[in-house]
Amino acid sequence: MIRALKTLAVVAACVSFSGLLAISIWTIAGQPAPVNLPQLLSDNMERSGVEHPVTAVLLNFRSYDTLLEIGVLVIAGIAGISMAKTASLEDPELRTSDSLLYGLQRWFVPLMLMLAGYLLWAGAHRPGGAFQAGAVLAATGVLMRLGGIPMDFLRPGLLLRLGLVLGFTVFLLVAVASVIGGDAFLAYPPELTKPLILIIESVLTLSIAMVLLALFVSAPVNDAEDREEGSSS
Amino acid sequence: MTAPLLYALAGAILCGIGLFGLLWLSHLLRKLVAFNIMGSGVFLVLVGLPQHQGGQDPIPQALVLTGIVVAIAATALAVVLIRRYYHLSGLTSLTGEPASREGGPE
Repeated sequence: MIRALKTLAVVAACVSFSGLLAISIWTIAGQPAPVNLPQLLSDNMERSGVEHPVTAVLLNFRSYDTLLEIGVLVIAGIAGISMAKTASLEDPELRTSDSLLYGLQRWFVPLMLMLAGYLLWAGAHRPGGAFQAGAVLAATGVLMRLGGIPMDFLRPGLLLRLGLVLGFTVFLLVAVASVIGGDAFLAYPPELTKPLILIIESVLTLSIAMVLLALFVSAPVNDAEDREEGSSS
Repeated sequence: MTAPLLYALAGAILCGIGLFGLLWLSHLLRKLVAFNIMGSGVFLVLVGLPQHQGGQDPIPQALVLTGIVVAIAATALAVVLIRRYYHLSGLTSLTGEPASREGGPE
């Protein structure tokens, strides 16, 4: 009886939540937008240094969001690694020994690396960019990890730390450099916009892939209680 | 009633479904999936509503892209935390029976 009442209460709460949300969406949809943002964006596109509007928003007009985002990613990555109690990377238990996977890997890993590079470059003028490229790069890493290809840089150490914070650091340096130069925070100098965005996108791709891969690697926990990452197995 | 508005309303429904899962399910992984469904609903609202008003709007799309990446990282972190919690306590939910292994939730 009590359980049925509880179910009813929860269902009622969720339905009313959905209903309120839908009503407010309906109300907002009926009103005209106070600012025509797409118009504003397309008027300023030639100042952004790239041709694709989403990339322009991500890395120029609202680059502050992207900076905070990579900050969140780095924190999540560090927290994930510090939580992890994984076996050493060469643990055969964590490998998938599947001959099909091995066969596919030879073809897929180079292809996926190339795709990641293409996505990164394509972000300037069509859908693509650092996040998509980073996701593909991380997926490549996951595939390599499952196939047991040794990736020593994933051990807690200098390389992992460098890879995790590279994107955030470069982004922050660019932002602070423009402040020191007397401009606003994150305002790129007009003649350097395109190369700066390209550099930031490249390091962002690396860092995003690194964070996602580090989180994937730190997820499995073995039954053995006392084996730490990096210890001699 | 246009197609983007339909997306936004579907997003509202997804939010409700996700909230129900979050409140009602006790297994932590299910809670996590429900939370992700809720997040997807928010993304749908965020993309659908501006499209209804003035065609494609790249600004919410960029914000949603940022949000998706953060959501993936947060989900991965949550999975790591859940596995650690399970490793320490042997429980898969926060409201487990009290007579469990020592160690318990931290």
